[in-house]
Amino acid sequence: MSGIGTLAIRNGRIVDPVAGTVTEGGVLIRDGLIEAIGDIEHGLFRKSDVVADARGALIAPGLVDVGVFAIDPLAASAGGITTSLLMPDQAPPLDAPALIRQAASFPAQAMTVVPFAAATVALAGKEMAEIGLMKRAGAVAVSTGRGWIADSGLMHRLMTYASAFDLIVVTHAEDGSLTQGAVATDGEMPSRLGLPSAPAVAEAMAVARDLMLAEETGARLHFRQLTTARAFDLVRAAKRRGVRVTCGVSPAHLLLSDSAIGPFKTFARLSPPLRGEDDRKATIEAVRDGTVDLLCSGHDPRGPEAKRLPYVSAEPGMAGAETLLTLALTLVKDEVIGLPRLFALLATAPAQLFGIAAGRIAVGAPADIILVDDGKPWKIAAEALAGQAGNTPFDGLPVQGRVLKTIKAGQPLD
Amino acid sequence: MSETPSEYAVPQGVHPFPHRHLVGIAGLQPWEIGFLLDEAEQWIALNRATAKHDDRLAGLTQINAFFENSTRTLLSFEIAGKRLGMDVVNMHAAQSSVKKGETLLDTTATLNAMRPDVIVIRHDASGAVQLIADKVDCPVLNTGDGRHEHPTQALLDALTIRRRIGRINGTIVTICGDVLHSRVARSNMLLLATLGAEVRVVAPPTLLPPAVERMGVTAFTDFDAALEGAEVVMMLRLQLERMAGAFVPSAREYHHFYGLTRERLGRATKDALVMHPGPMNRGIEITSDVADDPRVSAITEQVEMGVAVRMACLDVLTRQRRGVEGWA
Repeated sequence: MSGIGTLAIRNGRIVDPVAGTVTEGGVLIRDGLIEAIGDIEHGLFRKSDVVADARGALIAPGLVDVGVFAIDPLAASAGGITTSLLMPDQAPPLDAPALIRQAASFPAQAMTVVPFAAATVALAGKEMAEIGLMKRAGAVAVSTGRGWIADSGLMHRLMTYASAFDLIVVTHAEDGSLTQGAVATDGEMPSRLGLPSAPAVAEAMAVARDLMLAEETGARLHFRQLTTARAFDLVRAAKRRGVRVTCGVSPAHLLLSDSAIGPFKTFARLSPPLRGEDDRKATIEAVRDGTVDLLCSGHDPRGPEAKRLPYVSAEPGMAGAETLLTLALTLVKDEVIGLPRLFALLATAPAQLFGIAAGRIAVGAPADIILVDDGKPWKIAAEALAGQAGNTPFDGLPVQGRVLKTIKAGQPLD
Repeated sequence: MSETPSEYAVPQGVHPFPHRHLVGIAGLQPWEIGFLLDEAEQWIALNRATAKHDDRLAGLTQINAFFENSTRTLLSFEIAGKRLGMDVVNMHAAQSSVKKGETLLDTTATLNAMRPDVIVIRHDASGAVQLIADKVDCPVLNTGDGRHEHPTQALLDALTIRRRIGRINGTIVTICGDVLHSRVARSNMLLLATLGAEVRVVAPPTLLPPAVERMGVTAFTDFDAALEGAEVVMMLRLQLERMAGAFVPSAREYHHFYGLTRERLGRATKDALVMHPGPMNRGIEITSDVADDPRVSAITEQVEMGVAVRMACLDVLTRQRRGVEGWA
């Protein structure tokens, strides 16, 4: 299936997040674009077309994963991700136009990589980086990275400046002076394990400040991952007031509470950390009621040198790209949302938010398409993950639903 | 004087101590704790004799791997191992390749390759001992990991209480001080609650762990209230250099509200027992007249029980590899 070809996929179930429908049919792909959609049994494709039988699998837009920490094409394609929005936390940090250009030049036949610009020089939270020039070089947003910008004056100026370029400011929502030294959320499990912890309200405090500044400056604000009831309440209220705010959540915070960190499971050390059960349930409710705008993996592959350490010394983060869709499908199984909404959160909404031509099954759209068997049972195995590292807190979990094929710009990936 | 072992009798057909390591009190059954305490009793007499040798562990090698400085605990474990006939070697972090940036697991692999029969570990990070225990071929004994657990301290405290008061079940024990940062407090809370004591913890609110009551204890911030009717008062060391100005305003203010004085002790029962894991900050968490009064203070007895408890743990943990009947 090499070169510019045509590909007809028939006998699938097309998920259209925009129309909110799942309909039987197929798609015809030509020259990397979707040429036709629907019942392609009736002469839509030519004899020369390669015809694939989806055998009832879902035909859905390739996922757009917002805020990954590594370019990991194998993990992405295994997880059905065709576009990754890259955090500036690289070595060196993406704080200059040349670095943005380099990151954005990742060969697009495997995966589109769209970088976020570091909001401050070296992500140190002190001086504003050249965000206008970085936008011209290909950055679609500015990000505070893993950290929180403590200086409210700087944050105010950053939002004011970024709004002139219509750049979204992507922030990490944890009040750093409260979370300093903490590796978990205040609660029974960290107390039993003797791990330093911080109150969950550290998130809402950061959210409150950044919402005030966004409202004041008119800037567009996106919280990379929110995890607590109080933070969702603030965002919900701000959206009603017309503040230009959006937020993401990760499957880990939808499915795990902080009891998963015991005893000292460093693969469950995340940033933001896992929370208590009430906050986990509030995260699900925020997906249900539309407060949450997108689902993201927070993909952060980490080898043993970062994870096979005492809990407090281990680095936060999980390998999440490959299990993003599978874990998110539990929202459909639990009837929190339907399939079209799920793919809106995983593809359409993030693409639209950051202005990327992806996330839709539409005639003329790029053929970034995945085939998904949404009922296929399998077991997540850390060692069997395709990506750079297997640091998943879901090792051994029986799950349902798997990506069968990822097609990027019309080309099926291995 | 010691309580009837039947109170925590090992159930019929159940192994008295089926664990390979002793990483913490968490997860131990009441009878398993009782079994270790019963085992320790036999060593008290030997330790008081002139000839203090029992060579049942002769030929075995014990490594004391101390990644965090210690004087008294290291000494206690060294004496315990030697009295049982083991070859005891000490590894201090200050002398080790840890200073050269070697990872904990690489150091562990090195220690393991020397084929020790038991490794005693202290480390400043919570969970470090569990991490090591999962990677070595011999039993591991935790002697303090960060603020997580210090199981032999809780066992020696329990042995002291059992011998002085005669029981643990139903005893009112007040633990006072920096509970938040204390592995001694964590192990004691778990052990005493498991054996049915009424455990109270008291500290400035900044030094109480979040959700501490979920560990089966009652939390107080008023020391006087927490002392009412207490039969045992366990004082914790205040790490002055870390606390003053950050968690409590000053040592002076701390002493005013949380220092154990003769007058304050009057709120506890008449013959209440005063304990401290050492080393003490005299005049801060405890006044000298209380600490030095042999009628109330069990502080030196705790040290004595420490050796007996550690001998019992070393003996029990190495039984499987020694092929002791019923353990192999």
